[in-house]
Amino acid sequence: MLPVLPVLVPLGAAALSLAAWGRPRAQRALGVAGTAGLLAAGLALFARVSADGVQVVRLGGWPSPFGIAFVADLLSAVLVVLAGVLGLAAAWGSLSAVDAPRQGHGYWPALHVLLAGVAGAFLTGDLFNLYVWFEVFLMASFVLLSLGGTRPQLAGAVRYVVMNLLSSTLFLAAAGLLYGMAGTLDLAELSQRLRAHPSPALVSAVAMVLLSAWGIKAAIFPVFAWLPPSYAAPPAPVAALFAGLLTKVGFYAMLRVFTLVLAPAGAVPRELILALAALTMVTGVLGAVAQGEIRRILAFHSVSQMGYMLLGLGLGTPLALAGSIAFLVHHSLVKSNLFLLSGAVELTSGTDRLDRLGGLWASRAGLGIVFLVTAFSLAGIPPLSGFWAKLALLRAGVDAGAWGMVACAAAVGVLTLLSMTKIWGEAFWKAAPSGPAAAGPAAGARGGPAPAGPPAARGAAGLLLPAGALALLIVGLGLAAGPAMRVAERAAAGLSDPSAYVRAVLGPGGLR
Amino acid sequence: MGPWIALAVGGLWAAGIFLLLRRSLVKAVLGLALLGYATNLLLVAAAGAARRAAPIVPPGAEALPAGAADPVPQALVLTAIVIGFGVQAFVLVLLKRLHAETGSDDLDHLEGRGP
Repeated sequence: MLPVLPVLVPLGAAALSLAAWGRPRAQRALGVAGTAGLLAAGLALFARVSADGVQVVRLGGWPSPFGIAFVADLLSAVLVVLAGVLGLAAAWGSLSAVDAPRQGHGYWPALHVLLAGVAGAFLTGDLFNLYVWFEVFLMASFVLLSLGGTRPQLAGAVRYVVMNLLSSTLFLAAAGLLYGMAGTLDLAELSQRLRAHPSPALVSAVAMVLLSAWGIKAAIFPVFAWLPPSYAAPPAPVAALFAGLLTKVGFYAMLRVFTLVLAPAGAVPRELILALAALTMVTGVLGAVAQGEIRRILAFHSVSQMGYMLLGLGLGTPLALAGSIAFLVHHSLVKSNLFLLSGAVELTSGTDRLDRLGGLWASRAGLGIVFLVTAFSLAGIPPLSGFWAKLALLRAGVDAGAWGMVACAAAVGVLTLLSMTKIWGEAFWKAAPSGPAAAGPAAGARGGPAPAGPPAARGAAGLLLPAGALALLIVGLGLAAGPAMRVAERAAAGLSDPSAYVRAVLGPGGLR
Repeated sequence: MGPWIALAVGGLWAAGIFLLLRRSLVKAVLGLALLGYATNLLLVAAAGAARRAAPIVPPGAEALPAGAADPVPQALVLTAIVIGFGVQAFVLVLLKRLHAETGSDDLDHLEGRGP
């Protein structure tokens, strides 16, 4: 039952908050309670998986590979906990930073459905079911992204929707082709059957289709152009949730299927993934350097950091995979938090354009401290979480003798620090610009309350609380780096040797 | 039968991609629809286009007769059609809203560069 709970809790919360349509107080309470419930379910699942190994639930009692199984290994459990943490932070921030009309028009149900879809994608053990969960959270993300209907939102939404639908179509085609080749969609059974497939070239071709499909979702080079406009437009808590979770689901799908299904069949193009990783890192960070708005800078960094995760997947050693997983968790927390903070900056100053910001350190020292901690973690300053994840990836690169990749990752780290100091210097450190330009341009342009009024101050304070909590978590993760990395290593061990996963799903005789 | 289906899938994909690359968003939506149809056809074909008998185990037998269709891809296609329908409905509403906001369906006018 436990592996299904992280899907059932948000779905239940979504149904209840649909039933509570028109009663904002009930919906808001459900928003916090539902996401907290998801976090609790995730923690319970994590404790069980950590103690007893891989957990499997067969829906309808059909044995694998005929039925659809929900499988929770350590990686899935960690990611579900992550979804719970980010969901709770976003819901908490939404209470004050999302305006009442949006909250009254389906914001809360869409939030819960999004989390249910993400948790389902993390937990399913069936390729077609993975596609269905992708569609579930995509649909919810379409609603969250376009809700409110301002022009920048619609412009971002069109790109996001078209690119993601193209990606879904590719995914579906690949699932169909794999079924045609192997006669099953169960991931564990697929991994066993494809290993003995007579034509490895055919498997490689399907692997390329999957790489294209999930590459679009994960926003890697050269298909990341949809990401910056769609992360720059919606209200801050929505952007935080998107930045923390959505691209990560695409990467999770790669991590799972490439290690479990395609690596035994010898169909993972490691050199190609490494090349894409390097290009993603570099183009993302260079794009960020050219931007002059906080949200766009952060969005381009999301692209760049995806390159680090791909680097781990491309190297493929247990240490590299552990680094990838640690980086995924660290980056979700940090990037989510930075988007929350950018929302707080917008609500206090009315804009996130760096040339119109300034003097925030003098007026909002608390905001400054939380931002500084989070931004330093993104740049990988020891002893914060980003440092340990990057260290593991760099060590794995050195072990594999991939010196070009190591140099590239280190250089991109320096440029990341440069971008963060740019935001710090412009928004917090320099004197506040005087004159009418400093006043907010479009009131409430990003879906928060109108800036510079009492509701805006409340909104900014309401974002600062969850952001502070996330920052504490980031510091804690850095201080407890030893235990955290051990969890990542155990999760990675389950990926590089998937026999425990296969045995848990198919039974002791399933491993061939 | 097989080569013809392959040609149809390839042709539909090509047409869909061509429409997606146009500037008009209405054409992009039509392109997405074509891609969806092509993929559904691919799913049916992946199970073997020659196997077309109804997948019903006859009385007294233990297994499906030879030539019976595989029911799994049909279930998959059915799911994909339902999902595709919902998504296309959403995209159409989004486009309508965008047209009301910008008075255009041209991608170049999205960022406010146009009229």
